[in-house]
Amino acid sequence: MTSRIRLADVEVGTQLPAQVFHVDRAGLVRYAGASGDFNVIHWNERFATSVGLPNVIAHGMLTMALAGRVLTDWLGDPGAVVEFGTKFTRPVVVPDDADGATVEVTGKVTAVNDDGTAQVSLTVLCDGVTVLGNPRAVVRLV
Amino acid sequence: MAVNPEYVGRTYPPGPAYLVGREKIREFAMAIGDLNPACHDVAAAHALGYPDLVAPPTFPVVMAMKAATAAVKDPGLGLDYTRVVHGEQRFAYSRPVVAGDELVVTVTIEAVRTMAGNDMVTTRGDVTTVAGEHVVSATTLLISRGVEDDS
Repeated sequence: MTSRIRLADVEVGTQLPAQVFHVDRAGLVRYAGASGDFNVIHWNERFATSVGLPNVIAHGMLTMALAGRVLTDWLGDPGAVVEFGTKFTRPVVVPDDADGATVEVTGKVTAVNDDGTAQVSLTVLCDGVTVLGNPRAVVRLV
Repeated sequence: MAVNPEYVGRTYPPGPAYLVGREKIREFAMAIGDLNPACHDVAAAHALGYPDLVAPPTFPVVMAMKAATAAVKDPGLGLDYTRVVHGEQRFAYSRPVVAGDELVVTVTIEAVRTMAGNDMVTTRGDVTTVAGEHVVSATTLLISRGVEDDS
């Protein structure tokens, strides 16, 4: 069970490669099917606006999964994540147009531990505004 | 409506086992755009030392959220599920989920509180194999938005 990133290559402040994700309505439908989360606010604009949302919003767990991609694409091993958590602070609003929403994820190493793990802090923005609160992970390095 | 603090510590036994399929892992990985070979190609998963396809880190939500939802709909808890939003999610892994796993989820109500008219329930879903091996614990904060917050 190895990951590509070596402990020796990492120090506090090491930046993870940033990524920009495009989330559109088709993507929400696909995630709904794959995850089994068919909550109406993620696909029905009429319902979403009736409960006070500006429009259909992305599944919080989809946004978290995209943040997780920055971890696992960096690590090269999807199984090298030991802990992963976040708060869902603001919705990602997904308009019904060609562009949808844009989610930008950056990350950096905030601690390197004696047990061969590192702590990573992520920043997840949509329209320049933070949508996940304190997303962070502990990852295992080789 | 306030949630019942006496439910803290209550545990809900697992439902039927969830058998993790290769195609489900591939489908979930595609839905989040994850092209990591270990999620799609068995040989690539073997090369990393895993017995079969590896699920992305948030995959356990598929079974954990279903179990948490069933638990917090316990009428005695008093949570208005029609107004629930997902407030927080955390995973603590013993190992990743891999294809072929037969998993069960035991849900415990960890915390219950009411703040600013919002009812909040924290659940922990302990995901284990049917043989009892711990795989991941999924901690979920669900918030039922107070009606007076709509103004």
